[in-house]
Amino acid sequence: MQDALLRLRYRYWPDHLLGEILSKRWTETAIPVIVLLIITILLSRAIPGFLSVGGLADTGRQAGEIGFIVLGMALVVIVGGIDLSVGSMFALCDFCALFCLNVLNWPVPAVIVATLACGAALGAVNGLLIGYLRLRAFITTLITLIIYRSAYDLLLFDYSNTIAAAFPDFPSWNFVGGGVVAGVPSVVLVYIVVAVFGHVFLTRLRPGWHVTAIGGSRRSAYNSGIPVRRTIALCYTASGVLTSIGALFFAARLGTVGGDVGVGLEVTVLTATVLGGISLGGGKGSVAKALVGTLIVLFVINGLTTLSVSGGVNRMVLAGVLLVAATIDIRWLKNRTRIISKVYVSPTYHGLAPAASTAPGSGPFAQNDRLRDVTLIGLGRIEAPEDVILDRNDNLYAGSRHGDIMRFLAPDYQEMEVFAHIGGQPLGMAFDRKDNLYVCIGGMGLYRITPERKVEKVTDETNRSLYSVNDDSRLRLADDLDIADDGRIFFSEATIRYEMDEWPVDGLEARGNGRIICYDPNNGTTRTVLRGLKFPNGICIASDGQSILFAETFGCSIKRYWFDGPKTGKVETVIDNLPGYPDNINLASDGNYWLAMVGMRSPALDLAWKMPGFRKRMGKRVPIDEWLFPNINTGCVIKFNERGEVLDSLWDLRGVNHPMITSMREHRGYLYLGGIANNRIGRYKLEGADPGFVQYDRRWGKSK
Amino acid sequence: MGIRSLGQQGIVFAVFAVLFAVFAATLPGFLSTSNMLTLLQNVAVLGILGLAMAIVVIGRGIDISLIAALAVPPGLVLQMVQDGHSLPASLAAAFVLTTVFGLVNGWLIAYAEVPSLFTTLASGLFLAGLGQAALFKLDVVQWSPGLEGFEKLGQGNLFGIPMPIVMFALFCIAVAFFLRRTRLGAYIYAIGDNPNGARVTGIPTRPIIVLQYVLAALIGFGAGLIMAASVNSMPTRIFNSTLIYDVILVVVLGGIGLSGGRGGVLNVVIGTLLIGTMLNGMTIMDVSYSGQNLVKGVVLLAAVIADSFLNPRNEETAQQGDI
Repeated sequence: MQDALLRLRYRYWPDHLLGEILSKRWTETAIPVIVLLIITILLSRAIPGFLSVGGLADTGRQAGEIGFIVLGMALVVIVGGIDLSVGSMFALCDFCALFCLNVLNWPVPAVIVATLACGAALGAVNGLLIGYLRLRAFITTLITLIIYRSAYDLLLFDYSNTIAAAFPDFPSWNFVGGGVVAGVPSVVLVYIVVAVFGHVFLTRLRPGWHVTAIGGSRRSAYNSGIPVRRTIALCYTASGVLTSIGALFFAARLGTVGGDVGVGLEVTVLTATVLGGISLGGGKGSVAKALVGTLIVLFVINGLTTLSVSGGVNRMVLAGVLLVAATIDIRWLKNRTRIISKVYVSPTYHGLAPAASTAPGSGPFAQNDRLRDVTLIGLGRIEAPEDVILDRNDNLYAGSRHGDIMRFLAPDYQEMEVFAHIGGQPLGMAFDRKDNLYVCIGGMGLYRITPERKVEKVTDETNRSLYSVNDDSRLRLADDLDIADDGRIFFSEATIRYEMDEWPVDGLEARGNGRIICYDPNNGTTRTVLRGLKFPNGICIASDGQSILFAETFGCSIKRYWFDGPKTGKVETVIDNLPGYPDNINLASDGNYWLAMVGMRSPALDLAWKMPGFRKRMGKRVPIDEWLFPNINTGCVIKFNERGEVLDSLWDLRGVNHPMITSMREHRGYLYLGGIANNRIGRYKLEGADPGFVQYDRRWGKSK
Repeated sequence: MGIRSLGQQGIVFAVFAVLFAVFAATLPGFLSTSNMLTLLQNVAVLGILGLAMAIVVIGRGIDISLIAALAVPPGLVLQMVQDGHSLPASLAAAFVLTTVFGLVNGWLIAYAEVPSLFTTLASGLFLAGLGQAALFKLDVVQWSPGLEGFEKLGQGNLFGIPMPIVMFALFCIAVAFFLRRTRLGAYIYAIGDNPNGARVTGIPTRPIIVLQYVLAALIGFGAGLIMAASVNSMPTRIFNSTLIYDVILVVVLGGIGLSGGRGGVLNVVIGTLLIGTMLNGMTIMDVSYSGQNLVKGVVLLAAVIADSFLNPRNEETAQQGDI
């Protein structure tokens, strides 16, 4: 009863979603957004009309003006610097706009161009000094802050009266300052355009990636050939231009130059930047964060002004909000990965009946020592041959940990060569009709090696499923494959929640995270055909040519899936409740199938699989190298038929040569054995097997 | 001080020497004793603040809130005395306020790990707001009779040397002793040089970071008292000025790198002398305030650029997050 409840609870309650949602990049911005929401709610309750159209339009104008500057600051901070001179640049650009308009009487477009050029020039000075002369950003922009400010003060002294005396009346200029399109202020529209471009720039374009790379690690960026100096210089120039855009709208809205324009603006802007979650020191940040930070700061300042609290209280509240928000945000960012690592692993209920005995004399699984005297191939010369395969000319192929496909040449298999280099971890392999070698590469996808040794990517993505939180379109762990008669390739992906090296964690979780995917070379599409499998592994086309047999490693079962014929889409269990964890399946010469067992079940893990809460606590409290892992130290090879009868088993009792087996392949009377943790390939003489059996001659016919 | 910080320090000292020589040769009255004393007196407060900043910067931080510590606690002293409290009680209250302020700063930076630039930016704002909202009646807190004798701190003489200069010298000696002769000082250098390394070595980095900010706030408080004593009031609006940038310039120009672990009191003195000489010379030349700032900025920029040519940064060894 309790067991049934437990099963239901873990079946229907999606524990794994929490970890997946938290690992999304956008949750980094969660705290600033929550702060923004809280502030908005508080202020809209305290101030009537705070969220009205008029109020919002007004806030929007200010937000736009400051928002441009925050974008510039964000860019500079992301590239690993800081720009303290924005306030002074803002004042100078404001002056420039009004001087051109009121004193020089230039037309509005010329004024706009001149102001932008002014901002670019001022920013370029910073850029030259910091980017090319490699001065320190903080001290340099501090000095330019002083220089620009005193230049502004001197200019103001000469021209403030002239500027104040003129009353320019250009409709276009007024539109810049107060124009509204469909209820949205002009400045907001321009901001949206710039912000969208900024987002695309930072996330999708190469120069944007360069910016983030330099901020993340200037040294590595330099070493990998990114033009560090130029990029930095351009970032400061962009900051100047963005500041001048803000100043342009400010000039058009208020039309004044005064001694206090832009004083202390750098503090506001820096505050917005940091509050949005753009970390000082570089490498981290987005346009969304800049926008959220801007809104928080502006809402707080405007709200307090509207509430007409005294200047001192105003400052205290602002500073208090900033400190609290920044503290929470920093703690959140710092602990986020730790929280994720604690909640991501979400074990579920996995009940298995007690397995058949493997004691000597107990039945088909009875232990024996038949693998004791295998011949060893490539001992110490090959690492991690997960799968082994032989071609029609008797050459032996195996993957290696280094991402190579190794070839041992017939007849004695002493000579070893690198057949092809792919990268990743080569896993299951299969030959097609034209002798192309298809390989599943853990971490990369499905690849093909032509007989001319040309490596081609076949597919590395499938259709994204609709409701999954994790992006499951990329292939993380393509595992084994087989090819149907019409050329369709069915391959398994063991898990969509973990990377290749974390496969034991997937076993600990025991959730159906795997799937079977079909690649159709006739139209080049890749579709997921079966989901929710418990670490699907070996795949083999069944005798009818319309179905595949597949192994679920942590499901301890062999199943059969029909992709064609009257039973299309059906899944049936062939063998259930195996005593070990099944791996690859391959054809035997007598029409039955070989199955590798990578490890044997243990009562401890069987019990733990029925206790998800226990495993969750273990995941949280025990360091990962002390977790309870599936046993993969002992394995065997069994032979079974499509009716689910186990016919034979081969063991290495001493556990020296092949304690753990991930694959085996029968070829001309011999069985070749591979293991992902082994440094050898075993060759075992099969008594009474067809000495002429060549798997791919039988599958595709002898003709070449 | 050693060879390692000679680069920028040497350049700035050379600029100072050249400026000094030029002013001495061209400006009448520049070299007179009275002018020299005025010069030093004007920059004494700046120099003391520079010492406070130096302690923090050597420990790889920055303290923007120094001006608030300069303005608010001394303002509190003046205000409390005005309201009829005794001078020692007022001083004690202001001392407690300053210490608490430094502790909060340090806690936020060391334990909550908020960047020092941001923390002190906001906390300074908070303290200034607190003063404005709750402590002071007017922006300028006036002198009151209860402070009789206290003005000697800013206006007295010791062997003919104005007190602010004496105080600056005393602060210099105290800070130099602390940084160079005590274990805590050595720890601050270690933390500034390599925070993680210091921590792994077993240095209690967090309490020492807190100590830095408490010390900085207290030194700021002292500078504020001297300033109030010399002008007979506490203009709390000084918080809105750009004084903090001058303080940073003094420290950084003197050769104390913002990346921490380098420099000492001598660097602050050199930086202070340079700024003081420039300002004094231009005041004699009757350059407007903005003009002075402009010239100051350009000279500083020239010094920093010269430094970058003589001691170029290496992309390979530049520290991450070193702004």
